[in-house]
Amino acid sequence: MFLCIKSVGMPGEYVPIDYIPVIIVLFVATLIGLLPLVMGVILRPRRPYPLKLSPYESGIEPVGEPRYRFSVRFYVIAMLFVVFDVEVVFLYPWAVAFDKLGLFGFIEMMIFIFMLLVGYIYAWEKGALEWD
Amino acid sequence: MTAHQLIFAYLAIAITGLSVMVITRRNPVHAVLWMLVLFVHIAILYLFLNAEFLAAIQIIIYAGAILVLFLFVIMLLDVKDVEMERRFLGLWPAGVVITAILTLLSVIVLREIDVFPPLGQFSIERIRSEGNIMTIGRVLYTRHLLPFEIASLILLVAIIGAVVLAKKRKGVE
Repeated sequence: MFLCIKSVGMPGEYVPIDYIPVIIVLFVATLIGLLPLVMGVILRPRRPYPLKLSPYESGIEPVGEPRYRFSVRFYVIAMLFVVFDVEVVFLYPWAVAFDKLGLFGFIEMMIFIFMLLVGYIYAWEKGALEWD
Repeated sequence: MTAHQLIFAYLAIAITGLSVMVITRRNPVHAVLWMLVLFVHIAILYLFLNAEFLAAIQIIIYAGAILVLFLFVIMLLDVKDVEMERRFLGLWPAGVVITAILTLLSVIVLREIDVFPPLGQFSIERIRSEGNIMTIGRVLYTRHLLPFEIASLILLVAIIGAVVLAKKRKGVE
């Protein structure tokens, strides 16, 4: 159905034709995930009793809730990860267009990296990267 | 109805429906998982707007990094399944007022928007021949220099904010 549509056209009529393999992979991946579950429901014998349905924790009686409070340090690490992830995203188009941007582009990216370097040194100095 | 209209209709309905799923789940972890599906749909919408790079970033940053942050916040705060508590139910008049104001605002804004504006210099053909990321790079680091540098400041604020909030005070665990 898609193949007969022009891939290049007006903005409202654009169809990303190059991404059909991605959609096929997504579809197959979903199928691989769902098929064993569905097959399991259809094929397996179902004879439940309370002991069989109880949560299993290495043969011992389960202790406590499965969810518990995590240390706040995980949050700081995740936050720093997001920030530097975004920084790398900005580096990417800059690197691709580098030869068109020249020295001006180099200097502005150095300013950008310097700003985040200040944050990095701040986090380091405050001990946010140390675990204990 | 043509094929791309059908696809857009699916995406619009799916994104709205998934947003509703996210905010109505009792289990916060389920809400985050629905949000993952929501982000993937938004990425597909970007693909249909010929914004390949934005679609990739949507997956990498939002589905990859922001959702991890959400999960950490849930685990950090030890959020249990949200109950229908009286203190949440009492807030509904405020919710109605805020929704009414936002709807009015979006109606005013959307009336001003030209649905079929004159086409700019970056046609789809041009972007495809130059390369999506190359086009972004050439525009972002020249014409939109100031927002780009402001982004570094915002990221700096995010680092400092996270460190200050989570800093262990002396003598307090």
